[in-house]
Amino acid sequence: MSDLVRNTIRFVLFILVQYYVLFQIRPLHQFVVPYVYYLYVLWLPFSMGRMSLMLVSFLFGLTLDYFTQTPGLHAAACVMIAYLRGFVVNILIPQEGAEQNYKSPSPVSMGWAPYAVYVLVLTLLHHIYLVFLEWLQFGSFLFFLGKVVATSGISLMLVLITELLFFRKEKFRTNTA
Amino acid sequence: MRNIFLFIRRYFNFVFFVVLQVAALYILFHYNKFHEAVFSNVANELTGNIGGKYNNVTYYFHLKKTNDDLAKENEELRNKLLSNFERPDTTQKMMQDSIPYDTLGHHRKYLYREAKVVNNTVSLPNNTLTIARGENQGVQKNMGVIGPTGVVGVVINTSANYAVVMSLLHRQSKVYASLKKTGETGYVFWDGNSPLYITLKNVPKSAPLAKGDSVVTSQYASYRFPQGILIGTVMDIVDDKTSSFYTVRLKPATNFFNVQYVTVVENLVKDEQAKLEEETNKINQ
Repeated sequence: MSDLVRNTIRFVLFILVQYYVLFQIRPLHQFVVPYVYYLYVLWLPFSMGRMSLMLVSFLFGLTLDYFTQTPGLHAAACVMIAYLRGFVVNILIPQEGAEQNYKSPSPVSMGWAPYAVYVLVLTLLHHIYLVFLEWLQFGSFLFFLGKVVATSGISLMLVLITELLFFRKEKFRTNTA
Repeated sequence: MRNIFLFIRRYFNFVFFVVLQVAALYILFHYNKFHEAVFSNVANELTGNIGGKYNNVTYYFHLKKTNDDLAKENEELRNKLLSNFERPDTTQKMMQDSIPYDTLGHHRKYLYREAKVVNNTVSLPNNTLTIARGENQGVQKNMGVIGPTGVVGVVINTSANYAVVMSLLHRQSKVYASLKKTGETGYVFWDGNSPLYITLKNVPKSAPLAKGDSVVTSQYASYRFPQGILIGTVMDIVDDKTSSFYTVRLKPATNFFNVQYVTVVENLVKDEQAKLEEETNKINQ
């Protein structure tokens, strides 16, 4: 399967799962909103330029926004993590040029520990920005803090489950072949 | 000049990032103000379509509950039928009424249209429903929406075949309400905390109030809703000593978790009312 086809299918699946499964769950508490859709942005291949990465993320976020009737909210958060993704990967990649050998970020290509940090940092950034935009319109500081912590916790759990359920085999690529 | 170009080229990624951010934020804040957005009509149509397909599946699981609600509503309506009441006939002679029209000037004020819910959220800070009935089927912005058991919300956006309804669980929702027993008025809004409660405010403390009392739409809400539609029942009363008004938590009459069918209410004389009020406002200024 080519990258384009695979990512197009993922695009649709992530949106549908996020809206029709996770948003339909009865809320446990006002702070807890299960988010997993942004994993799509984290899974996009290394080879994409930063510009196309941001453009795809913008469209991705906007698509979800049209379902939830909040145009711009998720799009803004997605664009931000797409922009910052490159910096985080550069810091965390174990050795220079290792991203050339694999297609996309995953526990196999980056190693479990760096990958966990990568997900943690971008999850926190995504939720802080998202909840901040909500907070601008209403709520208190306690609401902001509580929601970021609770939502990040549940999101990280969902990401872990997703990674274990859909384990992505990454082939090691070399120039010699 | 060359330096400027070099600068832009060097930081092109960052510039592009800022442009996309500004675009997203512009859409976000523009939308929340005017309830309109770029391509919102086309997007409504599309998400409504997907929602309809999804609803075909989930609808099946709620059939029992939906059926119960509709049966109960039928029972209630049947109880209101005029034929249920018998009046002893006291006239002595049969007379044919010679006037062909109603001299009291009765005219229809509200028109009801049934609609199916195809999309629904309860867990977001601003919750909406999408219904499978749009402009082509007579739904316009600002119409009231009620369900089998009570008030649901207000239409905020329409496309050709779908409409988006702001439910009571929306930050900008505000419905004028009154106590069913004594008629004191106030307004109902949502504080955004729990989808299980809505809040009633501005009811004076002189009104007797107890748990379980019904709160219905008031005559001031008649622009959108007929008077006396159930909004919710009193769950508990917050004792605020600093105010001479009650703050009351209500349990919404509509169960937003499984609403399947709603009725859109059109006020046929609202233009007349709006025009009159607007003219009066002009004079008063």
